[in-house]
Amino acid sequence: MTGDVACAEGALAAGCSFFGGYPITPATEIAERMSERLPEIGGTFIQMEDEIAAIAAVLGASCAGAKAMTATSGPGFSLMMENLGLAACTETPCVVVDVQRAGPSTGLPTQGAQADMMQARWGSHGDYEIIALSPMSPQEIFYQTIEAFNLSETYRTPVLIMTDEMVGHLSEKVVIPEAASIKTLVRPSAKGRKDRFKPYRPGENGVAPMAIAGQGYNIHATGLTHDERGYPVMTVEAQEEMMRRIKGKIRNNLADIIRTHSYRLEDADIAVISYGVSARTSLAAVDEARELGIKAGLLRLITVWPFPEVELRSLAERVKALVTVEVNLGQIHLEVERCASGKAPAILVGHPGGAIIPPERVIEKLKDIAGKNH
Amino acid sequence: MEPSARHMPHPLDDLLRVDRIPHIWCPGCGIGTVFSSCLTSMKSSGIDLAKTVMVSGIGCSGRGAGYVNLDSYHTTHGRALPFATGMKLANPELNVVVFSGDGDLFAIGGNHFIHAARRNIELTVVCVNNFNYGMTGGQVAATTPFLAKTTTTSLGNPDSPFNLPLLAFAAGATYVARWTVLHARELMGSIQEALLKKGFSFIEVLAPCPVNYGRRNKLSLLDTMRLYQQKTIIKNGASPTELDIDFSRGVVLGKFIDIQRPTCIESYDRTCRPQEIAEGKAA
Repeated sequence: MTGDVACAEGALAAGCSFFGGYPITPATEIAERMSERLPEIGGTFIQMEDEIAAIAAVLGASCAGAKAMTATSGPGFSLMMENLGLAACTETPCVVVDVQRAGPSTGLPTQGAQADMMQARWGSHGDYEIIALSPMSPQEIFYQTIEAFNLSETYRTPVLIMTDEMVGHLSEKVVIPEAASIKTLVRPSAKGRKDRFKPYRPGENGVAPMAIAGQGYNIHATGLTHDERGYPVMTVEAQEEMMRRIKGKIRNNLADIIRTHSYRLEDADIAVISYGVSARTSLAAVDEARELGIKAGLLRLITVWPFPEVELRSLAERVKALVTVEVNLGQIHLEVERCASGKAPAILVGHPGGAIIPPERVIEKLKDIAGKNH
Repeated sequence: MEPSARHMPHPLDDLLRVDRIPHIWCPGCGIGTVFSSCLTSMKSSGIDLAKTVMVSGIGCSGRGAGYVNLDSYHTTHGRALPFATGMKLANPELNVVVFSGDGDLFAIGGNHFIHAARRNIELTVVCVNNFNYGMTGGQVAATTPFLAKTTTTSLGNPDSPFNLPLLAFAAGATYVARWTVLHARELMGSIQEALLKKGFSFIEVLAPCPVNYGRRNKLSLLDTMRLYQQKTIIKNGASPTELDIDFSRGVVLGKFIDIQRPTCIESYDRTCRPQEIAEGKAA
């Protein structure tokens, strides 16, 4: 099946029961699959009037207790940004899939890119944390969608799946395991006296238990700066306390959240950094470079946000160069450069979008760095 | 929760977050009357308040959700309706009331309004229409009368306003009414009917904004109330095409539409679900 279809199947395996969507290439197939599958299992699919409405409906469904998601691509992702901020501020779990295509604007609707990576991090206004995953294959998007729901529920935060047209439209074998073998998590639920419940009082891991609509907790959720009661408070102190909580619950749990995959990195003196479809390019390039006697390895970012800073900083201490491979003209590359702090040169193998990067381009760069291009 | 020291007991205290009083609404504002009418109707209708939710957008009326002691959601500007749509679809047992203003529901959120009405999603929508954007200091809205003065139309509004009941009717709403804050009894009757209505219900409530709209249009609060008393005509069942707001000719109030058609959820269950699942859900 394709990556898009595998994403929908992963969502269902995770327990997703609500999808609010709006058609957009190359993400439409996720909505189509969900429109067929959800009503069969008692869930609900709705095609809303635009992407703003799609994510708003997802947040409403989540506040009513559903595991909810939407899927889109660049232009729709832009439209979703304001309500993504509402999700971050009200700590409403949801999963948003961006099947990236080349931009800016309408760009190349049918051709992929990885150029929304910084938008994924900073697209909504104000300061907040976000979790973003980047799968490299249909099989992986299946598992990462489950993981996205689990992280979203655990940390009461929006989670993004930053895939791309190539993975979304790629057809490969996908094994769907028995439901019993799949670990699915749900949000920490409200307990205790209903008149004393504070909807934003954090639990042990920094995450506040969540009351859902109709449970009788009479909670208030607002996008205004609010205190533990959820009440708007227009003070610097309330802002600081809220920011500390919504950033802290992610920043203080990085070890649980961040996933990377190291390939042939143990003895490498050139590290390739990549994610999504470009990780496929990079895997091929690393193998080929090894054939040529170049000690290259790959650090594949499964979690792109929060950025695996600690890992990157330690890598920069022990390699000669960090080569970032991505279908944009330098986004994650900037993060790599920041973490390298001048300890190793950060080099970009980028692409303006519309196609994958051929492994040859990466190999050429690795040969240059290794001094084997003479 | 403890009432603040200055708070006097009120018959709606159980439905109010009394620890958030005093509210932000200006002296003379009509929103409080609409809000208390809404809460009174919630009580008198007999609906299960533990399963009742209020959703608001942004603006003066959008603050309504912040004062009701129910599960309440203060969302983004214009997006109360799609948020409420998701909530109702995810848990059809909830009674979902959308309480918001004309700017929120009909300018930035206008597209959502027509689609929510078209789908006949079972929501009760109470729109406080004060003819302008009050929260930001009195700018022109999609409901500002022709030639009226606002901070962004200092020489007069060059555009015509929406006829909201006509828009709601054309989009497919199954219950449509209009009252003013002077007609609180009729308003409460309508909100109660709307809460019990199986379908998309819309109630427009004309409300004074003396601080922003009234001041710039030489309409004191009393002038506005006098207009509501003397220049309105109650005509239940009036054609939605007769409902333009022009106080010089008289403004028609009443219940205009009360019809039945399948709701979004009923239609979805019947059309999209396998029979055994649809029946299981209904049971």
